[in-house]
Amino acid sequence: MKEHVYDTVYLSEEDFTEGRVLFETWVPKARYAWDAGIAIGRYLAELKQGRLVGRHCPSCGRVMIPPRMFCEQCFAPTDLWVPLQDTGTVITFSICYIRWDMVRLEHPLIPAVIAIDGASPGMGILHLLGEVDPQVVRIGMRVRAVWKPPEEREGAITDIRYFKPLE
Amino acid sequence: MGRNRVAIVGAGMTKFVRRAQETGKEQAWEAASKALESCEMTLDDIDAVVIGSAPEAFDGLHMKTEYLSDGCGGWGKPVIRGFVGGGTGVFSAIQGWYHIASGLFDTVLVVAEEKMSSCQPHPQGAFITIFDHTTERPLGPNLLWIFALEMNAYMTRYGLSKRDIALVSVKNKRNAADHPAALLGDPHITVEDVLNSEVLAWPVQRLDVSPVTDGAVAIVMAAEHVARRVTSKPVWVEGVGWNLDTAYWTNRDLSYPTYVEEAARMAYKMAGITEPRKQIHIAEPYDPFDYKELHHLEGLLLFDEGKAAEATALGITQRDGDLPVCPSGGLLGVGNPIAAAALMKVAELFWQLRGEAGARQVPGQPKRGVAQAWGDLMQVSTVIVLGV
Repeated sequence: MKEHVYDTVYLSEEDFTEGRVLFETWVPKARYAWDAGIAIGRYLAELKQGRLVGRHCPSCGRVMIPPRMFCEQCFAPTDLWVPLQDTGTVITFSICYIRWDMVRLEHPLIPAVIAIDGASPGMGILHLLGEVDPQVVRIGMRVRAVWKPPEEREGAITDIRYFKPLE
Repeated sequence: MGRNRVAIVGAGMTKFVRRAQETGKEQAWEAASKALESCEMTLDDIDAVVIGSAPEAFDGLHMKTEYLSDGCGGWGKPVIRGFVGGGTGVFSAIQGWYHIASGLFDTVLVVAEEKMSSCQPHPQGAFITIFDHTTERPLGPNLLWIFALEMNAYMTRYGLSKRDIALVSVKNKRNAADHPAALLGDPHITVEDVLNSEVLAWPVQRLDVSPVTDGAVAIVMAAEHVARRVTSKPVWVEGVGWNLDTAYWTNRDLSYPTYVEEAARMAYKMAGITEPRKQIHIAEPYDPFDYKELHHLEGLLLFDEGKAAEATALGITQRDGDLPVCPSGGLLGVGNPIAAAALMKVAELFWQLRGEAGARQVPGQPKRGVAQAWGDLMQVSTVIVLGV
């Protein structure tokens, strides 16, 4: 099938760095002001108070975090705010050595999905782990939220600095 | 349901490269013209055009469909672009199929194009905005996180090692050495090379990942009465399926892709496939990362849950094995220009089922194959079954 392949003109990194290719650059200045929404607005307000909350679906009975005003499975409105613990279990994690632009990090980040106690099984949120040796992190590890002091909280997911091992 | 029968009658592609000098529009033309030439058709023979291309953010231009359409042969024709993230390439063939199956058109040119290299400093940046703006982006995520998190969940659930999974990367990069359009074919790569490559986001290492790529692929699809006139070897679309899971990805079981199974069941049912392990002879599952091939083979019901790695170690998925998987070399070897990569898989089945795959030809005259793509926030799957 070689005859069905067009012999594209391709370039090396040097062709670009040494200016042998003409190109245009443009820096976008796109700015957005997002509404947090009804459910996440309350979630953020509770984070500011040092609390995690979920929403209950009266149809399937799930207690969901992140909270939502409708259950995507039952396609029906949720009805109750449910206080949750600030502890949970690591469902999965990574040890990340690079930034989004592929620059290497001196200290790796440990992103994790953490199932929150008090929510339905498997209901996790994305956050970071801290105060832990990356080599000892494991799936199933029990963790607790480390909150910013109240005066530093601003109603954001980062009001929790990270989760650290319970033990 | 009175659907018209649809065949693929032609295919063509550009070389897959790290940086093409061509614009996306020029790449699209190169692939489209090769596909038309392959079945001795011209644009005058084409009723409608389907474009597949992934995020606008790669290109930094809005209304990318309209920008690409001239290169895709869209001038003065009905044109549509579907976009389901990484699932787009196979979805574009599905769209081509229902354009014709519905009876609306007799011939469709499907063109999938991606030019990732324009995005600076790294196209990974285009993916940051897939994360929720309020609950996730303040944590500083990057695209590799979701793959690393999913890979770890998968490995841990089934007790797999990095070595088990690295075998996929080795197989595909070696297969790609026989593909004339491949970016990263390497006949000599070893498991040690993969295991010793730079750790990006453990458990993901550099050679577990497919490369940033520029490229385009096109196929020509036709209704039965046209197909039989155009070629003596039409490749029939026997089944299509697609499925989308929730965007609340942190609430899902990441170790098994239920949505892949749902999409596969839809396609198999249409194709009358009751025993996929016996009735499918070649698979081209989406392999942007090595573990994804295994994950998807299980979702496609071709191996039991957690067992695809063992099959790989036994050589079952080699080109001369019982179920050849990614004989093309896949995204890991040929390259991963998002939408074009998945349409490359459809084109590979086309060439394999016609016995035209050259050095990559799977032995034993395969009669039926499945191609699958995957994307969004680990939530969409698109599946197509082709047969002769």
